[in-house]
Amino acid sequence: METILTIRKLNKRFNKYVHAVKDVSFEIHRGNVYGILGPNGSGKSTTLGIVLNVVNKTSGDFEWFGGKVATHDALKKVGAIIERPNFYPYMTAKENLELVCKIKGTSFEKVDEKLDLVGLLERKNDKFRTYSLGMKQRLAIASALLNDPEILILDEPTNGLDPQGIRQIRDIIKVIASQGTTILLASHLLDEVEKVCSHVVVLRKGEMLYQGTVHNMLDQNSFFELQASDLSQLKSVLSNHAEIDRLEEQDGKLLVYPKKEMAASELNAYLFQNNIVLEHLVKRKNSLEEQFLELTNNN
Amino acid sequence: MKRLLSIEFQKIWKNKASRVLVLTYFVLLSFIALISSIKFSIGTFEIRIADQGIFNFPYIWHFNTYVAAFFKIFLAIVIVSMMANEYTYGTLKQNLIDGLSKKEFILSKFLVVGTFALASTFFVFVMSLILGYSFSSYNELSIVFSDLEYIFAFFIKLFAFFSFCLFLGILVKRSAFALGFLFVWFVAENIFYWIVKFVILGGNDKTKNFGDTIIQYFPIESMSNLIKEPVTRLNAIKTIENAMGGAQNVKDYSIHFSQISIVLVWTIIFILTSYYILKKRDL
Repeated sequence: METILTIRKLNKRFNKYVHAVKDVSFEIHRGNVYGILGPNGSGKSTTLGIVLNVVNKTSGDFEWFGGKVATHDALKKVGAIIERPNFYPYMTAKENLELVCKIKGTSFEKVDEKLDLVGLLERKNDKFRTYSLGMKQRLAIASALLNDPEILILDEPTNGLDPQGIRQIRDIIKVIASQGTTILLASHLLDEVEKVCSHVVVLRKGEMLYQGTVHNMLDQNSFFELQASDLSQLKSVLSNHAEIDRLEEQDGKLLVYPKKEMAASELNAYLFQNNIVLEHLVKRKNSLEEQFLELTNNN
Repeated sequence: MKRLLSIEFQKIWKNKASRVLVLTYFVLLSFIALISSIKFSIGTFEIRIADQGIFNFPYIWHFNTYVAAFFKIFLAIVIVSMMANEYTYGTLKQNLIDGLSKKEFILSKFLVVGTFALASTFFVFVMSLILGYSFSSYNELSIVFSDLEYIFAFFIKLFAFFSFCLFLGILVKRSAFALGFLFVWFVAENIFYWIVKFVILGGNDKTKNFGDTIIQYFPIESMSNLIKEPVTRLNAIKTIENAMGGAQNVKDYSIHFSQISIVLVWTIIFILTSYYILKKRDL
């Protein structure tokens, strides 16, 4: 699979105390949708800033498209939106996009098409400063797509938007993803990442905690949710089971984490042999959110 | 280069404030011609400025470049805000993300500075030519095109000053503060000069000492030193000075290569430091 971006042992120190990115390495392959997860201050934006040429790295390496072109030329084939939309407030949407075309060295022909895609065609001759935040954000997406980029990088694209705005952005992202564009999405909104992304990178305090497919991350821990009339009896029986890692009580239910994959029927049979009849048995996996919180808290 | 200029001029031209300032600048420059219409009378004696020789070739090159240089502050504001806006709008970051390299970014800004300096120089050149042919007592080609080094010095002076403004814009990131800083710098140079000359060395205004030597190496002073005031060079003024019984004021009005090189060295320092700052800074 073609590699779009390779990051090797990237480090960024802002000063003696702030080590924002620590030895982060990962690869972005064509056609996948990646999510970068991490709490505030985990180094997501800094990492993106480094590969986008606006933050200087302290050490380490990154290369775009196999390192054949200079970073700034590679960025002409990248569409990126970071944090907030940055445009010239005194220019109209159309003029702003034309300026981006000039920077990227392409013709103006796609300007209208992309404005249409994000639903701003009717407002194209209005000044940027008259736009609402949602419209600004959509214009930023139009701008990032101007060159039909190889990869779209989105850093918190729904930050500060109202529910309709979030929905609009999310729909646009889905359309783009369905067209086969590689996407790198940094976000807090985990259900968003879970719905859209195929791969995730998890960062905390500048360190990479996990890298892989969303599927694998969710598969790691499946667990059981049990309920019986006598919870303490259930607990004592289960603590004798050799395959059980740990137990947790939550809202009158017992969460059972097995050491390795276990069938629900197997657990049920074991309890039945020990004279416990369950009122409630669910085998489930952590949602990405729970998985993420566990990963970032426990390490 | 065409691409960079087209990018920059779109940024400037679409901004109403910048557009008004640029236009005002050129309109004010052409108002130099109006000096010719000034008349005033001493007693029954009517004096018309245009007849006093200020528009004589080659003196006009000196006079017009000196006067025109006062208006450079209009373009200085445009240049400082052009740079500072990139920071306040966050568009510097966006330009880099869109695929402009930091080198191209700096280059494009200095291309604008160069274009402004060149356009002003050309404007002043053409205007002086027209004014000169209308009022000058001498129209021989050899006289008309003598002393053209003032035009060259004017270009260098503007280019250096605008580079300084751009450098301050990059350093300070806010237009108002950058312009304030420019003023503070100007005052600081003068205070430094007074302290060295009068306080430390105990000199007086009649004689030159080490203070006068060192001050000409400072950026603003070296720029203003390129084209010295032309008024006392006028015959009419000289006559008055002599009549007042003052000592014959022997002053060197010409442009020296050494002064040009000082200014050029500063310009190079400003360009390279701007690039260095931009390169080192995290946005």
